[in-house]
Amino acid sequence: MIAQTLQSLPQVLVDGVTLGAVYATVAIGYTMVYGILELINFAHGEIFMSGAFIGTAILLVLNGAGWLAHLPKLLVLLLTLLVAMALTGLLGMGIERVAYRPLRHAPRLIPLISAIGVSFVLQDVVRFIAEWRTGNYIVTGVTLYGSEVNFGSITVKSNALFVLGAAVVMMAGLDLFVRKTKWGTAMRAVAQDKDTAALMSINVNRVIALTFFMGSALGGATGVLFAQQYGTIDPYIGFILGLKAFTAAVLGGIGNIRGAMFGGFVLGILEMFASAELGPLTGGVLGAEYKDVFAFIILIAVLLFKPEGLFGQAVKEKV
Amino acid sequence: MKDRMPRLRARLRQPRTQAMLLAAYTALSAAGLAFGGLSILWFLLLLVSLLLLYYSDLPRMVKWVWAGVVVAVLLPVCASNGSSYESFMEVATQMGIFVAMALGLNVVVGFAGLLDLGFIAFFALGAYTYAIFFSDQANHFIAGHHFPLSGDLFWLCLPVGLFVAALFGVLLGLPVLRVKGDYLAIVTLGFGEIIRIIFNNLDKPVNITNGAIGISSVQAPRFFGISLSFPHQFYYLVLVLLAIVLYAVQRLEHSRVGRAWKAVREDEIAAQAMGVPLVRTKLVAFAVGASFSGLMGVVFAAKQAFIDPTSFTMLESITILVMVILGGMGSLPGVVVGACLVTLLNIQLMPELTNWLNTLTTAGVINFPSALSPSKMQRLIFGIILILFAVFRPQGMIPAKTRRYDDAVLSRLAAEWRETAGGARRDGAHPAVPGYTSGHAAGQEGAKEGASL
Repeated sequence: MIAQTLQSLPQVLVDGVTLGAVYATVAIGYTMVYGILELINFAHGEIFMSGAFIGTAILLVLNGAGWLAHLPKLLVLLLTLLVAMALTGLLGMGIERVAYRPLRHAPRLIPLISAIGVSFVLQDVVRFIAEWRTGNYIVTGVTLYGSEVNFGSITVKSNALFVLGAAVVMMAGLDLFVRKTKWGTAMRAVAQDKDTAALMSINVNRVIALTFFMGSALGGATGVLFAQQYGTIDPYIGFILGLKAFTAAVLGGIGNIRGAMFGGFVLGILEMFASAELGPLTGGVLGAEYKDVFAFIILIAVLLFKPEGLFGQAVKEKV
Repeated sequence: MKDRMPRLRARLRQPRTQAMLLAAYTALSAAGLAFGGLSILWFLLLLVSLLLLYYSDLPRMVKWVWAGVVVAVLLPVCASNGSSYESFMEVATQMGIFVAMALGLNVVVGFAGLLDLGFIAFFALGAYTYAIFFSDQANHFIAGHHFPLSGDLFWLCLPVGLFVAALFGVLLGLPVLRVKGDYLAIVTLGFGEIIRIIFNNLDKPVNITNGAIGISSVQAPRFFGISLSFPHQFYYLVLVLLAIVLYAVQRLEHSRVGRAWKAVREDEIAAQAMGVPLVRTKLVAFAVGASFSGLMGVVFAAKQAFIDPTSFTMLESITILVMVILGGMGSLPGVVVGACLVTLLNIQLMPELTNWLNTLTTAGVINFPSALSPSKMQRLIFGIILILFAVFRPQGMIPAKTRRYDDAVLSRLAAEWRETAGGARRDGAHPAVPGYTSGHAAGQEGAKEGASL
């Protein structure tokens, strides 16, 4: 049995890293917002979902107009990504403006409630646009890079390389941005102490809006890549994926951007491993359908034994 | 005109006048329900009479008896006149179930300030507890042919379902309640989904829940040899349970633990400093809320005689949350009203609106795309309600009232206490100053409302 597991391990790793890249980029959105506002942005999973739908819609329209065959694929993918990022980024900013900013001084419970509200509204708006235009809310998009490449016993969708590449580029870019630029410094200052940052002539509201824009744009771009990778999307994909990305953020230490990246990859690999090996390892008692449960158990375990995450610092609450 | 207003007002304040007006209003709406068309409208008006009753200055016993007569006698009798008696009772039963669940969630969210987004999981636990053992499902994994259990044992299953749900509430709460509050929301959200996935897949290796197919032909409960199967029978069952839940919640709210919940909600650190055991207080809230949900789950399974995992999705959890937020967190009348309104919206108003739009579409009057049909728009409507209430009216339609204590009364009580106790240190004499702890616990809120303490 171990031999069998070992044999399938490379494939599991490749699939896991691809999925992990998705989790990691979505987890960054959670972690950035949490780091700066101490708020779990429940709507972030839905922003990811909106990104997937925007990207799919753009490709479907291009395809319908017959342009897709004439344009270079890479250009189309990049354009789609950019448009989806801009739109989801603006969406994230809008959500912050409408549902979170008025509640910045409200009791902690209240913004969570409006966040739930936002995510429900987004699910339904996307649902009825999709259902209205295509007749079904489950949409199958156009896959640009659908071909599969074989390396020995491993099969890789060529799109997976784009997922990984884009994820790495975005993460590296974000990391540089946060550490090296003026705006990034402002972001870190606001995360540390809003009032003091404001005294240092940082426009706190603008920094928070920018944070939402960037986190959401990353989520949206990941959505586009996700739709490319897995083909079929529906308005409810954001919920469970958001939950797992959040788990990844907690695993890496919430508020810590690099931690979120690491947590995403760990979770992706663990989950792929679970879905491939849970059946054989337990003699068929537990199947792949428990992979969602698996992620949840990781969340509980982290909260139990290391609530500050792998890279986070334990914060003492001061009165 | 001007000098008559105060006299009118004074008269309105008299309990007797209030009772007469209330009786007239109740009679009118009951008559409307019995003889008029548009039964739902009259039904609502009759329910409003209960709200008015709540606000009246009648003695508490009178209120309870009055409300009991209205819901147990007047409502069914008046509704029985119409042709749709049973469907009417069905709506009322559903309403009762949801009111009880919303009251349970209110303990968690409203009193203790913990956001539970997977509340339906406990409902599912209760429902499956009943369904598995009161159908032949349990024969799949317990040897011998003992199942289904007789419907007479339903009454025993009620506390069992309650206990199972409470147990899971504690089990879930133990790891989570130790860490910061926000995690609770997302963990409960996950838990709700996980319970559904587990029930959905637990048909192998041992068939416990029959997976996605669900469990059918669940035994009807029996009451002294009468098998309960009609909606109006369940209506009375739910009514009795609801009365118990309502009474329990009301007593809990002002009890020691209830005050501790509110203290934790307002400020965890301050509460801890005042000697409130943080984790235990939260766990109790979690367990109490879950247990109501489990209790109603048992009733739900018995009523439906069929359950499958689709009844326990996240949408249901959020529906109950909407009831609490809409009505007012921590406010019992608010939560009851919120639950009634949302249930009506869900199972009466939206389907009817959809039907109406569909008939218009088929008649060719308008072309209404089915994607936009109101019964599919629950998420949108609930989402908008949540955002609007969170931003503009977080205290809900009927805000919770903090008990206030009159300075004069308090100082008089304190003086009496000093006299009787003679300044001797007797801890047992504390009850003589009943207001003190409560007023303090609700400090922040009380100050906001200009309490006199």
